[in-house]
Amino acid sequence: MDILTLFVIVPVITIVALMAVRNKSYFRVVALAGFIVQTLMSFNLIYQYLQERASGNNDIFVFTKDVIWFAPLNIHYAIGVDGISVLMIMLTSVIVLAGIFISWQVDDLPKEFFISLIVLSSGVFGFFISYDLFTMFVFYEIAVIPMYLLIGIWGSGPREYAAMKLTLMLMGASAILLIGILGLYFYSAPDGGQLTFNIFEIAKVNLPVSMQRLFFPFVFVGFGVIGALFPFHTWSPDGHASAPTAVSMLHAGVLMKLGGYGIFRIAMFLMPEGTHFWADFFLVLAIIGVVYGALAAIKQTDLKYINAYSSVSHLGLVLLGLLMINNIAWKGAMIQSLSHGFITAMFFAMIGIIYGRTHTRIVSKMSGLLVIIPVIGVLYVLAGLANLGLPGFSGFVAEMNIFVGAFQHSDTFHRVITILAASSIVVTAVYILRLVGKILMGPPMEEYANLPGITWYEKTGTFILLFFITLIGTMPLWFGKILSDSIIPFIERL
Amino acid sequence: MNLNLMILIPLIPLAVFLLLGIFFRRIKEPVSGYIGVAGLTIVSLISFYIAISYFLDFGLVNGEYQKIIVFRSTWIHFTDNLKIEMGILLDPLSAVMLIVVPLISWMVHIYSLGYMKGEGGFTRFYAFLSLFTFSMLGLVLSVNIFQIYIFWELVGVSSYSLIGFYYKKKSAVLAAKKAFIVTRFADLGFLIGLLILSYFAGTFDFLTLTNLDFIQTLNGQAVTFMGLSVITWALILIFMGGAGKSAMFPLHIWLPDAMEGPTPVSALIHAATMVVAGVFLVARLFPMFYFIEDGIALEVVAYVGAFTTLFAAVIALTQYDIKRVLAFSTMSQIGYMMLALGVSGYGEHEGLGYMASMFHLFTHAMFKALLFLGAGAIIHAVHSNFMQDMGGLRKHLPVTHITFLVAALAISGIPPFAGFFSKDEILAAAFEHNKLIWFTGFIVAGMTAFYMFRLYFRIFWWNDPEYKHKPHEAPKTMTVPLMILAFMAAFSGFIPFSDFVSTDYSPFHTHIEWGLAGASVGIGVLGILLAVLFYKKENDLSDRFARAFGIFYKWTFNKFYIDELYFFITKKIIFKNISAPFAWFDRHIVDGTMNGIGNSTVWISEKIKGLQSGRVQDYAMYFVSGATVISMILWFLLNN
Repeated sequence: MDILTLFVIVPVITIVALMAVRNKSYFRVVALAGFIVQTLMSFNLIYQYLQERASGNNDIFVFTKDVIWFAPLNIHYAIGVDGISVLMIMLTSVIVLAGIFISWQVDDLPKEFFISLIVLSSGVFGFFISYDLFTMFVFYEIAVIPMYLLIGIWGSGPREYAAMKLTLMLMGASAILLIGILGLYFYSAPDGGQLTFNIFEIAKVNLPVSMQRLFFPFVFVGFGVIGALFPFHTWSPDGHASAPTAVSMLHAGVLMKLGGYGIFRIAMFLMPEGTHFWADFFLVLAIIGVVYGALAAIKQTDLKYINAYSSVSHLGLVLLGLLMINNIAWKGAMIQSLSHGFITAMFFAMIGIIYGRTHTRIVSKMSGLLVIIPVIGVLYVLAGLANLGLPGFSGFVAEMNIFVGAFQHSDTFHRVITILAASSIVVTAVYILRLVGKILMGPPMEEYANLPGITWYEKTGTFILLFFITLIGTMPLWFGKILSDSIIPFIERL
Repeated sequence: MNLNLMILIPLIPLAVFLLLGIFFRRIKEPVSGYIGVAGLTIVSLISFYIAISYFLDFGLVNGEYQKIIVFRSTWIHFTDNLKIEMGILLDPLSAVMLIVVPLISWMVHIYSLGYMKGEGGFTRFYAFLSLFTFSMLGLVLSVNIFQIYIFWELVGVSSYSLIGFYYKKKSAVLAAKKAFIVTRFADLGFLIGLLILSYFAGTFDFLTLTNLDFIQTLNGQAVTFMGLSVITWALILIFMGGAGKSAMFPLHIWLPDAMEGPTPVSALIHAATMVVAGVFLVARLFPMFYFIEDGIALEVVAYVGAFTTLFAAVIALTQYDIKRVLAFSTMSQIGYMMLALGVSGYGEHEGLGYMASMFHLFTHAMFKALLFLGAGAIIHAVHSNFMQDMGGLRKHLPVTHITFLVAALAISGIPPFAGFFSKDEILAAAFEHNKLIWFTGFIVAGMTAFYMFRLYFRIFWWNDPEYKHKPHEAPKTMTVPLMILAFMAAFSGFIPFSDFVSTDYSPFHTHIEWGLAGASVGIGVLGILLAVLFYKKENDLSDRFARAFGIFYKWTFNKFYIDELYFFITKKIIFKNISAPFAWFDRHIVDGTMNGIGNSTVWISEKIKGLQSGRVQDYAMYFVSGATVISMILWFLLNN
């Protein structure tokens, strides 16, 4: 069994084990065990990957494997990883692990809950390791479908509406994406050979410029919807608000990253001409997302909405970094993907923890929580500071790379966009501090005087995330090195 | 000499912070205080030892102070030239700061053992003090301008946490938020300045940036933007960051509110160390400010500094909250330091302003920290910040009284106290370069003496009000730091500063310009005499005066309504007219369109679902009518 397929197999084994278990209180233990294995495997993968690179393997992807699974259309189960995917896999396993701790007390259909969560994550793993367009697409769909159930069944508030909206918008995006993928497929053999979905095979072909210009927006928008591209981001605030905590964490932390990753891996890599042609247009949408998300967050009253709009803003920075098309900005965009994943997951975890106690997420109904639940309060403040890009946390590293990279363009258009993007850090500070000032500080409220303190599983879940946030924030060189080495073959094509 | 020891200087406070921060519920008062004081004692001793031996022993080689990179390592790698490094740079500038920062921090750590006794959150307080000390030391030892930016943000957040220390109080929360956001806004300027440097200078390294040949090449190849070189713009934007931290007009509005924090914090952060970071930054980049395009950016520094020093001094005349008087006084004194840098030249005696600015930074740290700690002792004794509740305290608080008087004399520039020497150098430098700025500084010297002695007499003389509890002198932990700082405030003026700090790193000689010095002492004494007249004994002279000035007094008292202006811009314009419409637009237009698409699909299917009724006769009818229509069309087509 190769090291990568295990990432799809272990979840299946975990699901089988969950099916077999009868005792309700063991479900979470089984799910946890499965994901501890998964997380350890992801660390091992990074280690193995670095060993492989150190031993002089300079292929774009390592640990590759290629098995045909649908010959008539030449679809392969083709897998492999580079530095970007190994870190993304680590992100996914850590966030799911933390999510399992946070949902330790789920008592409504726990077995089904954990199964859906695991199916979702195995889709994500599959997506990150494939390099066959069709296989990637299939894994992508596997990741999106369980979301409907998770929100529709375990959600809160107008959950049917939110689940429906989210699924329909993502499905619509998939349809657009599929057009783009099929476009690539049918142009993959210009001199009449076998058509292919293999990314690296397609990359060798000279795709006609007109084709690239036509299909680039399909792939970009198809992935952009899940990456909260303005104006297709509206599913995310409602979706997050209704989703249960672990799902919000996984969704904002990992699933939304598929967008930027797909754009980078497929749209930009395969259609360089299309990228240059469309970059400025999408850059405008990205910067609107950055500024607009931040400004809209100021006025929200629900904790989850604030975080959802904040995500729109921060993921806008990922797209912005990608569209700046240079090594530094790309590295920044990748780090931002990781960083936002951990930070937003921690944020959602904290919101879930607070909501579990106060039973409200409305900002004006809370005050002075720092006195009553100090540890939770402090962790929330730390998540907030990480979110507003304080040095020492991962967000700062990501943002600085993006800004410095973006500023290396010498024309006024890019300069203005960079400065606008940089100004979002002030707005972020405004909504984060407003939040901290209102709910954590101020006079404590009578009705919350007896809130219980943090539990061990909540603490474990959040500390895991905090650890990675500070790790990236204090050791950016190490992460930057892994990423920038893997970016080189991609940047060279543009 | 083993300089590797220096790495401990920032790391010990960091370790203390982590220790106290992680175990903040286990480590109780006063143990956390002892841990903090112990850590700072070690840091101070190492720092003093290094700084003093740098100046007296190994720093000076062939008549020039060396810039020693003790340690550096890459932290973020952009390109081979452009990278963010973390490290320690030892030169006269950082050596001076190695005396100021640990000394004041050490005194404040000790003082707080008494002052914060019995207040909730004792451990939290010491944790944040350590975090601040770590960040401030990291800032002053930076090898790289991006390293300064990083620690700049960290001092910002420690300041935020300490201003909001009494977080149950609404005003403290608001003040903390305001301080963070205003400085963050200023830091945006700093950041954009850095981005410009990243592109046009291609490096963040201080040794390269301050290299004179490098600056000449920058001048040669400069791109212009709106008539000025882009590098000048970068410097102005970087200065904007400095102005935010150093509370220069118009970014000063956070500093008076920051007085919501505990008084020792005001002494450490908002008087002696963090607020001079802007001065330090300009001094660090001084060769750039001076040589890029013949110092246009430096001119901005000079005028902003001069205006602020006057503006703040005028406001300080009318305030009643003793901490706010001191806050405005701090602003005014930092304005002095900025204007001194602004009028400075380069090399030997030309660089007098630069030296004077650093000298004033040093002496000001001593006497202003002393004033704040004294104010803390007073507040501790009378439980009020307002001078209306005070009077006659000289009998009750003898140590505080004498030390406060020393500090007041020092800040008023009365010889032989420290402030006299540094202020005299500043005024001499200003006189040589710009008479208008000199005159501003000269007038402000008189105003400073007046408002300081207004404070002094109002607190310690006037008449005895009815105290509910008889005020009593603070404990030893508080008075000993006062006495040490009083010693510094009295005698640190005799340090031959020009032997140590200069623009070109070579010692030079200064002498006191007796004519100018006499004039400024004269106006200082005049200010003091006026204060004696107004405030030594209880009388209504000041009220009559205030009434005579009417509208001008009201404007000054309300700080010229700058706060209200900001409030109007943020609350009324940005929140109401930008942010709220954005949120509305998102809910109703963007999302509305998406829902509209969904709803119209439902609507269409509602309309056409009747077709699939399931009744055979309906289908038969559709079939027949469809067949009829098609055959009619066919018949029609065939007949033509």
